[in-house]
Amino acid sequence: MSIFVNSKTRVLVQGITGREGQFHTRQCAEYGTSIVAGVTPGKGGQKMDSIPVFNTVAEARKATGANASMILVPPPFAADAILEATDAGMEMIVCITEGIPVMDMLRIKNYLAARSTRLIGPNCPGIITPGECKIGIMPGPIHKPGGPVGVVSRSGTLTYEVVHQLSQVGLGQTTCIGIGGDPVNGTGFLDCLKAFNEDQATEAVVMVGEIGGNAEEQAAAWIAENMRKPVVGFIAGLTAPPGRRMGHAGAIVSGGQGTAEAKIKAMESGGIHVCKDLGSLGKLCKEVFS
Amino acid sequence: MKIHEYQAKQLFSKYNIPTPQGEVGTDPHKVAEIAVGLGLPVAVKAQIHAGGRGKGGGVKLARTEEEALSAATSILGMTLVTKQTGPEGRLVKTVLVEKGVAIKKELYLSIIPDRETASVTIVASQDGGMDIEEVAEKHPERIIKVPINPLIGIQGYHLRQVMFGLELDSALMKPFSRILRNLYTLFVDYDCSMLEINPLIITEEDEVIALDAKVEIDSNALYRHADIKEMHDPNEDDPAEAEAAKFNLNYINLDGNVGNMVNGAGLAMATMDIIKQAGAEPANFLDVGGGADAEMVENGFRIILADSKVKAILVNIFGGILRCDVLAQGVVQAAAKVDLQIPVVVRMEGTNVEEGRRILAESGMSLINAADLSDAAAKIAEVVT
Repeated sequence: MSIFVNSKTRVLVQGITGREGQFHTRQCAEYGTSIVAGVTPGKGGQKMDSIPVFNTVAEARKATGANASMILVPPPFAADAILEATDAGMEMIVCITEGIPVMDMLRIKNYLAARSTRLIGPNCPGIITPGECKIGIMPGPIHKPGGPVGVVSRSGTLTYEVVHQLSQVGLGQTTCIGIGGDPVNGTGFLDCLKAFNEDQATEAVVMVGEIGGNAEEQAAAWIAENMRKPVVGFIAGLTAPPGRRMGHAGAIVSGGQGTAEAKIKAMESGGIHVCKDLGSLGKLCKEVFS
Repeated sequence: MKIHEYQAKQLFSKYNIPTPQGEVGTDPHKVAEIAVGLGLPVAVKAQIHAGGRGKGGGVKLARTEEEALSAATSILGMTLVTKQTGPEGRLVKTVLVEKGVAIKKELYLSIIPDRETASVTIVASQDGGMDIEEVAEKHPERIIKVPINPLIGIQGYHLRQVMFGLELDSALMKPFSRILRNLYTLFVDYDCSMLEINPLIITEEDEVIALDAKVEIDSNALYRHADIKEMHDPNEDDPAEAEAAKFNLNYINLDGNVGNMVNGAGLAMATMDIIKQAGAEPANFLDVGGGADAEMVENGFRIILADSKVKAILVNIFGGILRCDVLAQGVVQAAAKVDLQIPVVVRMEGTNVEEGRRILAESGMSLINAADLSDAAAKIAEVVT
């Protein structure tokens, strides 16, 4: 078991013929993901390796039965790509692209609110159910299939660090989701926590947050009331100066809001085991989860 | 991207939002001339990208030509220190000279993208001219927040919520509505990440005027706003950060003594935290990104080393797309070109890590290898303390 994606997920790639698109499509396919189609406007009828390329998402979905899309197109075209995939009826959209204007994401977020399509990202590494389906740019081999830990994170390489430590101490993962570092994104901590709570194979969760916004605080409040499984948390950015964007568009402490201290406090009072020393996160999980 | 007050007011003019009559000057005598031309009294306002200018002595009222000259003389060329500039302050090269207006009432108005409600939110208060964060803390009931779904846009009831909330006289509602609509349109058209007018004033003649203007544009949207790109003022950039940006490196200069180079923003923040926990202080934030190559690593080293406070460097790379062997080659290549006189601790993990470690070991360089994060933190603390 897992959440959101599994071996039955049929993936199409928007932007499949670009440099990034080709590279990551091959990586995902090698991992075992079922990549059934690609979309590049104007290149319909061609093939990328043996994968058929279409002009539109609607056409690709109709011809191949794809139900999830991975988006690897440059930022000026990404909002359009997300909306195209939504209107074509894709169940899941994973947008890797970094640098989409906030105004575009505000419109998309409101448009998606009345629809059943799930968006992961943007500005994220993607989602992986180890051993079954990888939709994203994360290195496959660091993951360990079979669970029992679910991982949800706002970061990319920091998630790899966490997953690597989990695998090193013998803790496999059910599903790992990078929800992205932008201020406005699709799927949030709450959606993932709720799904992990219901997933039978997931016995524990690691949640990785960072400065900016209050998604971690909201998640902590929900966990306190509803979570039936142990949660280990980590927050990056204790030393980040206020008023500066720390790489991620969403990682900023402004007006005293969104500090790491406030998040850690909220998580601790929500019953989350907060890891203070990233180097020993794997060890802490081993202790808490066994 | 931040722009100056006078530039924000140019945008306001484009959208028919009233501002005081004014002109910019860079020379005191020219400023005095402008003041006389506008008609005295005037306000002389330093143009820097930071708030709190008044308290720092960067805004002065002048009633005569002589006062305008002396105000301009003291402000132009001064290093203005405000609570937002940091102790180093900012050199003032330009002032905005504005015709004085008779103020009856000061209001606060801002528009922000709100991540929580995924809306464009108008924030308003009757307590204009004050520090709004302080008002929010002490009198939250005096702050009006009106979220607007960007798919619907600003509606009549949004305007009414703001105006009745501000207890405006009914005679002012028509001009205020027009201004608020236009501000919303400007905000959306220009991909603003912040638009703030503090104060928005009502004059003795019952006119609504934006006395101040603070506008920030979403940097990710600059590709569709060529006119804003031209407003960029290099004087406001941190030189090291501007240099890093040229090489697509995400660098922020800090006060500590341990330089660090990391791939990925989250891991970079976490690495800074680890340095602090080990008893040292991070000298910077540097994210070389997922697609870093040897050249970027070399430039990263150069930028870190330009900071004389740096006593040691921690390189922390989790190889994914950026393979450890490529990173290792970058480190070796960089070390050969830049004169590395200080200890460098390298911690690598992920794709091709064995090959990467071999390259470093065989390079003959005196790099300090760290087995994992905890080890890296301990070793960096050891070399700087």
